[in-house]
Amino acid sequence: MTGTGMDRVFQSPIPDPTTRPFWDAAAEGRLLVGRCRDTGRHFFPPRGASPFTLSPHVELVAAQGTGTVYSFTVMRTAPPYAPAMVELDEGPRLFTNIVDCALEEIRIGLRVRVVFRTGAEGGPPVPMFTPG
Amino acid sequence: MSLNGRACIAGAFEHPTRKAPDTSTAQLHAEVAYGALQDAGLTLADVDGYFCAGDAPGMGPLSMAEYLGLDRLRHVDSTDIGGSSYLAHVAHATAAIALGRCDVALITLAGRPRSEGQATGTATRRQDPAIPDDPFEIPMGRTVAAAYAMCAMRHMHEFGTTGEQLAWIKVAASHHAQHNPHAMLRKVVTVEEVVNSPLVADPLHRLDCCVISDGGGALVVTRPEIARSLKRPVVTVRGTGEAVKTHAGGYNDLTFSGARFSGARAFAEAGVTPADIDYASIYDSFTITVLIQLEDLGFCAKGEGGRFVADGNLISGVGKLPFNTDGGGLCNNHPANRGGITKVIEAVRQLRGEAHPAVQVKDCALALAHGTGGLLGHRHGSATLILERA
Repeated sequence: MTGTGMDRVFQSPIPDPTTRPFWDAAAEGRLLVGRCRDTGRHFFPPRGASPFTLSPHVELVAAQGTGTVYSFTVMRTAPPYAPAMVELDEGPRLFTNIVDCALEEIRIGLRVRVVFRTGAEGGPPVPMFTPG
Repeated sequence: MSLNGRACIAGAFEHPTRKAPDTSTAQLHAEVAYGALQDAGLTLADVDGYFCAGDAPGMGPLSMAEYLGLDRLRHVDSTDIGGSSYLAHVAHATAAIALGRCDVALITLAGRPRSEGQATGTATRRQDPAIPDDPFEIPMGRTVAAAYAMCAMRHMHEFGTTGEQLAWIKVAASHHAQHNPHAMLRKVVTVEEVVNSPLVADPLHRLDCCVISDGGGALVVTRPEIARSLKRPVVTVRGTGEAVKTHAGGYNDLTFSGARFSGARAFAEAGVTPADIDYASIYDSFTITVLIQLEDLGFCAKGEGGRFVADGNLISGVGKLPFNTDGGGLCNNHPANRGGITKVIEAVRQLRGEAHPAVQVKDCALALAHGTGGLLGHRHGSATLILERA
């Protein structure tokens, strides 16, 4: 297996009015997560209703952009790439890719930090993660 | 209200085709519907309830009622929870019959993903921005194989499950498929052949994946009095359970499935335990799907699935829990990329004593059928049925 997960051409995200602030922040290199003001818990993906209470008392807050690989796989496509679930230090897990590293070095428990990568159609970049 | 004993499966039919380039999906629905009604000894005029899911073209029950000539319908249901839909349909049909909303319910599934050339497991589909998950998952290259592989990777990490243990699930399915003349993969395979087949999505190999097939199946669910008036062996619905599992705002545990909840509900309704089950149809989109569901249904403790499936324990006549004796999705077929209905059909065959003699479970009186629909590593539906020979 060779590859660093960065050769894949991927579909750019298509924001809607409810997710536009998240993607605008991503374009500035900032990772935001949802936070429920009823419970104080962070959640992902962000949305206009709390997944814990359904109330509209939610906000977007800055994440540290650091976390741990909860699980991953290597898609043996051409080129190969590494879909993963990363557990953010704020708590929620998000579906992402591990990039900019040798794919055989990825392990559950690996510490990672966010990097933003732009898809085929341009537009807002998406949060991916790299060791470190 | 308990659904225990409130309806029976009177008819079942599995389409023999595995590749159907020269027909339509609607026509396959018609052929399986006719087959199931013939099997039951009923006619089109008897059907007053109809159930279909996302594989049905057009506006589900409306388009299909038109094509099938169903003009006496007084109850329809198009619940779509992927491959688990058709097990949920049996539960919903039983509830509708118990409430007097219909007497004879027809459930159909059909599709042609093989003829349509879909790279079902390894391709990322086009983003639909109206689906709220899509912008957060499709750019990441979400695939079916990746969704299940991440569950396998985490299960291995937490419980020490091995690729060899997962391979035993495919080996067992292949032992059964050799006796099924319609199965796509009839060759008996070994653990070594599975783990030496090419990796698709680590740690899942090509032989950990189900087949892609055309085809379909249908079921007829009736009031018990009607089933008893027919000439076929009576299979009674004893327990039903459903669940939906999501990412839960980012707190999803990938080591278990909604079967934990749907199974518990079905066993409670039936008043039986996993130890009472003679035969189990377990959804097998991938080997890991089977292992996680067996744990969640209570056939073994969480984390013990690897040891439970090893050494032929799922092979009819060899192990303690014969499963998927038609060869399952892993070897036989996975019509419309939704294997739920074939899980029920093989359970009905076993309870009627009509499975292939080489895989028929002796004195099979109580069977479980379970389905997972959607993506195990993301959001999925679960549906469990417990069925009994009258």
